Amino acid sequence: MLTKRIIPCLDIKDGRTVKGVNFVDLRDAGDPVELGARYAAEMADELVFLDITATVERRKTLVELVRHVAREINIPFTVGGGISSIADVSALLNAGADKVSINSSAVKRPGLIDELSREFGNQCIVVAIDSRFVDGVHVVHTHGGRTPTALETISWAKEAENRGAGEILLTSMDHDGTKAGFADELTAKVSETVGVPVIASGGGGTQEHFLDVFTKGKADAALAASIFHFQEVPIKELKEYLRDQNIPMRL
Amino acid sequence: MKVAIIKYNAGNVQSVTFALNRLGIEPVLSNDPEVLKSADKVIFPGVGEASTAMASVKENGLDKIIPGLKQPFLGICLGLQLMCRHSEENNTACLGVFDLEVKKFPPNEKVPHMGWNKIHSLKGPLMNGLTNDAYLYFVHSYYAEMGSSTIARSDYMVPFSAALQKGNFYAVQAHPEKSGVDGARILKNFIEL
Repeated sequence: MLTKRIIPCLDIKDGRTVKGVNFVDLRDAGDPVELGARYAAEMADELVFLDITATVERRKTLVELVRHVAREINIPFTVGGGISSIADVSALLNAGADKVSINSSAVKRPGLIDELSREFGNQCIVVAIDSRFVDGVHVVHTHGGRTPTALETISWAKEAENRGAGEILLTSMDHDGTKAGFADELTAKVSETVGVPVIASGGGGTQEHFLDVFTKGKADAALAASIFHFQEVPIKELKEYLRDQNIPMRL
Repeated sequence: MKVAIIKYNAGNVQSVTFALNRLGIEPVLSNDPEVLKSADKVIFPGVGEASTAMASVKENGLDKIIPGLKQPFLGICLGLQLMCRHSEENNTACLGVFDLEVKKFPPNEKVPHMGWNKIHSLKGPLMNGLTNDAYLYFVHSYYAEMGSSTIARSDYMVPFSAALQKGNFYAVQAHPEKSGVDGARILKNFIEL
């Protein structure tokens, strides 16, 4: 049976791991390769590296980091942050990334999803959606959740799938950083609407939150950052708990 | 030992190279028939879409070379599918090493089949040291049906071939280079054949 996946996210700035609380305050939580290897040893199912560096040197640094990670770590990983062209994706995949995640660039120019999927296959194209509940509507936001768009979350997820997304990474900006639980209802709606896997992100603070997002939220995978970084919820214990609750887990 | 990875326009070869490096192997990347014929082991990775990948195989004349190779040969992911007879993905005639059809998963569940799944009914030297119900990492929308050459089975809506062997030709649908300790064991088994 295909297992549900637990995915630690490592936010990267200038080659180092950071974590934003509501994407504003950043804390240094170590070397990404070392942290990634620790997660892999703790039975993390995949890793996500999200680059939030804004400098022009960003892409080169990121490619080097990807190469370093791929050399050391034997589980799959996704790279996201500022990716906007076939050349960007090609450089990251050639350095050893398994998947890339695109967000603002796909909203700005949806045809990018079609182009990347045609060029590299949909299995390596993750479309990340940052969603915020505004006046009764789930609104897609870009630029780290700061900028609202005209897109509604569920219909954008469906469009992304139709254009060739192989996976949807759904972050609820209302839940992110709160540790009060994932956006189970929204996640379930997206998961029931699309035919590709959905990774839920934002709000995971306890083991029970993960159980809820896999049952009520119908997520295929769940992602979190700081609770894993600071070992508030150790990955192996979380996976053992979920297995005991009859969620299929690799252990 | 000389390990050659087949170079064509459908491989994410860096991960396979790094996984071999972790086993102390420095592979060569080549589409030169002489290099491939003289290697001790040949690895045929692949990601992407079947018809495009087969076109690239043919463009390099590899469709004539591969079926005649005598040394241990390992197809990975799309590599496995291209070693079959035919793929439903854009109605593609493949290499025919394995007399099997590659079919699309039904849409009852999420496709691609993406993540960690169990393998079982293990046979032969490639699966040495792996336990029944070991987990491997899969990412694919098409699968090779079950057959007499199946040496590991997995299940996602339907039973399918997680690994195949016919003589010196081996193949795995999962990504051993990304499948933790068990995946590394499969690559080590292949290198030690």
